[in-house]
Amino acid sequence: MLRDITLGQYYPAESVIHRLDPRTKFLGTLAFIVALFLFKTFWGFLLCGGFIIFVTALAKLPIKFLIKGMRPILFLLLFMMIFNLLLTPGEIIGQWWIFRVTKEGVYAALFMGLRLVMLVFGSSIMTYTTTPNKLTSGMESVFGFLKIFKVPVHELAMMISIALRFIPILLDETNKIMKAQQARGADFETGGLIKRAKALVPLLIPLFVSAFRRAEELAEAMEARCYHGGKGRTKMKPLKYHLRDLIAYLSLIGLIVGCVFIP
Amino acid sequence: MVNFDKVTFEYIRRDEDGNVEGINKALDEIDLDVKKGDFIAILGANGSGKSTLARHINALLKPTEGTVYIEELDTKDEKNHLSIREKTGMVFQNPDNQIIASIVEEDVGFGPENIGVPTKEIWERVAEALEKTGMTAYREKSPNNLSGGQKQRVAIAGILAMKPDCIVLDEPTAMLDPEGRKEVIKTVTELNKTEGITIILITHYMTEVVGADKVYVMEKGSIKLQGTPRQIFSKVETLAEYKLDVPQVTWIAHQLRKAGLKLPECVLTVDELVEALKELVQYD
Repeated sequence: MLRDITLGQYYPAESVIHRLDPRTKFLGTLAFIVALFLFKTFWGFLLCGGFIIFVTALAKLPIKFLIKGMRPILFLLLFMMIFNLLLTPGEIIGQWWIFRVTKEGVYAALFMGLRLVMLVFGSSIMTYTTTPNKLTSGMESVFGFLKIFKVPVHELAMMISIALRFIPILLDETNKIMKAQQARGADFETGGLIKRAKALVPLLIPLFVSAFRRAEELAEAMEARCYHGGKGRTKMKPLKYHLRDLIAYLSLIGLIVGCVFIP
Repeated sequence: MVNFDKVTFEYIRRDEDGNVEGINKALDEIDLDVKKGDFIAILGANGSGKSTLARHINALLKPTEGTVYIEELDTKDEKNHLSIREKTGMVFQNPDNQIIASIVEEDVGFGPENIGVPTKEIWERVAEALEKTGMTAYREKSPNNLSGGQKQRVAIAGILAMKPDCIVLDEPTAMLDPEGRKEVIKTVTELNKTEGITIILITHYMTEVVGADKVYVMEKGSIKLQGTPRQIFSKVETLAEYKLDVPQVTWIAHQLRKAGLKLPECVLTVDELVEALKELVQYD
């Protein structure tokens, strides 16, 4: 059940997008999100949609994979669309009981929904094509300027990459604890919402205890391997810009300009 | 290489309010002298203090009394810690909790990154370390897809990439299946033989220490016995007092000897026992 979450996972393949510098992909995703909110007409959707299809094709990502990644936000998406549809005031085109559908509402719902879908698509392309380690090292470099304000950028990046490394391990552990408790008669599947939530408490306690124990051991192992923060540390895989990154930046600037000036 | 001079380490037990309940001596005036290139094994039941001893070698713990020297460097001095940890690597029990990166090669590179090795040299060291542990084929895999024995070999490679003089292994096989155990011990033995790296192996599996140069037996924080594996394993009854069992074949040979068969005093391997028994049969 927990394994179905594909959002934020790496999809290994050989492609230009995979080879792009993580900084390019990170800043590019931000630029794309900005572009999504710049246009006001249907043509902007075509432009951004076309862009995203083009990038997906370049990255050799199967569409099925991307759509699967949408499932976790499906509820949020429907929720937003329905509220936009029913609560936007304007020219009424349909009415039933207390519900009123307006022309503006239909537009707002469509725009909001499409924007959200493309936003998630865009950011999942980044996570699908970038290994967690590259992503964190890219973020470390992008946010490096915050070090002036005493923000522990390196430490935060290290924390994220360790968290990502331990997600599958902790998922496995959760499954094990669940099975061990089911073997002793625990019931996670029947009953109402409250009863099920209550059944999770005895699951979470051993999980937390074990996570803390792991954290302690890991800290010791890191210390034993000379880890002492970001100071004086070299990199096995330093980040380097290539020509392809320049092209990517230029096409993103093009996209933003296009979104601003589109009719 | 590694020198313990009357080392005592105390754990202070506290109750829930933080009051001192009592003091446990995890190490009690330990003297230890390990020479470069040695293969040392430290045996002991749970709670005998053997893990505490291991953590002193890597300066993860500092002695309450006495001194630990790693090549003349005192572990009490904070300034020495980085160079001590560079010289003496440490492999822990749980393979999952000591692998930091999500890709094998990046994990092996973690140590060299920390000590500031230039990028190009990190790649060379990683390639070499993976080669020596036989893990080159897995360099781009995720550690999550490896077996326990393979994970421990990655951990050993991670230490090797720091070019240590000494590797301390704290029960590296306790969570592995028999196959994985063999893999790890074989790798370690080879590193000792071909690279001349000092090995300090802490374990409670008797069969793993047969190849060691010297064996120390610990109980309640002090070293009770020391000697070659043969000398140690001939004391079957004494070992039992320390809650340790000799290897299965040694035990069988011991029982046969007690029953009146004329076998040599201490048999370490199955082959030895077979030979000894053959001789007996011919003699009759």
